[in-house]
Amino acid sequence: MKKDMVDMVFEGLLRIGDDNLILGHRTSEWCGHAPTLEEDLALPNIALDLIGHAQALYSIAIQLKSDYNHEDQLAFLRLEHQYKNLLLVEQENGHFGNTILRLFYFSTYMKYFWEQVSINCFFKKLKEFAEKAFLETSYHSKYSSQWVITLGDGTEESNKKMLEAVSNMEPFIGELFDNDEFADISFKNKFLPKPSSIFKNWEKEVKNVLKKGKLNLPEILLKKNGGRKGEHSEIFGFLLSDLQYMQRAFPNSKW
Amino acid sequence: MAEEKKDTDLWEVFIQPKNGLSHRHCGSIHASDRNMAILAARNVYARRGEGQSIWVVKSKDIVSSDPNEKAENFSADDKIYRHPTFYDVPDDVGHM
Repeated sequence: MKKDMVDMVFEGLLRIGDDNLILGHRTSEWCGHAPTLEEDLALPNIALDLIGHAQALYSIAIQLKSDYNHEDQLAFLRLEHQYKNLLLVEQENGHFGNTILRLFYFSTYMKYFWEQVSINCFFKKLKEFAEKAFLETSYHSKYSSQWVITLGDGTEESNKKMLEAVSNMEPFIGELFDNDEFADISFKNKFLPKPSSIFKNWEKEVKNVLKKGKLNLPEILLKKNGGRKGEHSEIFGFLLSDLQYMQRAFPNSKW
Repeated sequence: MAEEKKDTDLWEVFIQPKNGLSHRHCGSIHASDRNMAILAARNVYARRGEGQSIWVVKSKDIVSSDPNEKAENFSADDKIYRHPTFYDVPDDVGHM
């Protein structure tokens, strides 16, 4: 691959890898705190799936650049502005309904994303990985959609909490479908799908699930972005200090 | 929309390890409805490639006998002709 193509693939892998790592980390914060034993297994399992995706993507990425020899360098040793994840995934968990809705939005997006990658991506390693990732994210989407319906159409209190969740997430959804310069270039080169191309399927499915849960999807406008450029929320620094503690305190430590 | 908080039901979980084998009881979970029950069963009992199919059934829908009636329900101790111990099972039969 030519250098500009290598840079493009590396950037793309970081973006998706970081989304998965950061949401995986947030989801893992539920470990030992979930409302029931069933969810205390479900959420950490999903967190592990997401972190597993990040690890797979970082390990493909480090093969492209000689500056790295271990995926931990990408996961744990970058500075705040070097992470390219969406603002949506770094937001604090809030209550269970809030966490579930964020997972539902993200995993439904990723399901369509991986489906496209598994059909169209020129980069074979990612194309192969996309098939496995599609299955796992489909399950995450199904799991969270059931909870959105159950809580939305549950008691008065659970419905109120889901309404809160819908409005908490609203400013961060636009960024999911935002086409920047990288998105255009990577689409032209048959690497990744254009984020905006996923919107139609996503909107249809999300609206349908929210409706079953007596909730409405607000109009999606681009309100906040910057995650892809490394401009994060204030809380992101606290997240990283937790995520990176072990590697910073004990450099090169391994499991 | 229900006004009152309703507790979740208890469900029994059965997993079929592979084609041709029967579903085996592996434990129980709490869930609010059938869809949630299948998902919870998958999350708790199907994490390590245990099988290929899951059944869930509400525990309260299972009719059970009284363990105190064991003697009258299970009185075959002196009826050895009910046990197929007089036949050799060929190795190739596998599960029986």
